[in-house]
Amino acid sequence: MLILSRRKDESVIIDGRIEVAVVDIKGDQVKLGIKAPRDVKVFRHEVFQAIQAQNRAAAAAPADLPTLDIPMDNISTESKE
Amino acid sequence: MTIDTKAYGQVEVDERQRITIPFGLYGFESLSEFVLMDARQRPFYWLQSVDVRDVAFVLIDPKVIRQDYDADIEPRDFEALELEDSEDERFLQFAIVTIPEDRQDMTANLQGPIIINKESRIGRQCISRSDRWHVRHNILEEMASTGKDAC
Repeated sequence: MLILSRRKDESVIIDGRIEVAVVDIKGDQVKLGIKAPRDVKVFRHEVFQAIQAQNRAAAAAPADLPTLDIPMDNISTESKE
Repeated sequence: MTIDTKAYGQVEVDERQRITIPFGLYGFESLSEFVLMDARQRPFYWLQSVDVRDVAFVLIDPKVIRQDYDADIEPRDFEALELEDSEDERFLQFAIVTIPEDRQDMTANLQGPIIINKESRIGRQCISRSDRWHVRHNILEEMASTGKDAC
């Protein structure tokens, strides 16, 4: 991992198109500002990991699904029989 | 076309059921071609990978679980699909369902919904900006409390 020291209001440029700036530092919390093109997705790492892990768990779904009793007002449905 | 599905074996599907998710789903980035099918058990759907039979996701309309659901995704997620906003008539959204061994504990991921432009049939997994939604909402509990609110 590349490690750089930056002060408040300083930034780094990644790949000539992504700018990460240190906006504020308070105690052990650092506020980052990120400028990136639209195709670059930026997330907090833990959010990204949680979604990835949940997708993997979901993919292990059994082939036979349970049925759900849906209250009538939750879904537009024609009554059966 | 005929595809091999995890839930129903060989199934004949219509071209209009095909969904392309160019960047895949998180953790499954290499798979971008899917088919969206009604599950035999309402109100679920299957998002079946065209290329890998064993990769199939159970989906649900998040509004069935939470009528007040608003994913609050970034404008650029809409732009990427050439949608105006969540009011756009081409807009579709789904939550991915996780079904553990004890089915009472099945959950829906309301933090990472899949949104689809139903005209172009291109989709994308987005991440909600709202802290109201997380990756595991117990479906039965949410629905039970929604029912109470309605009374």
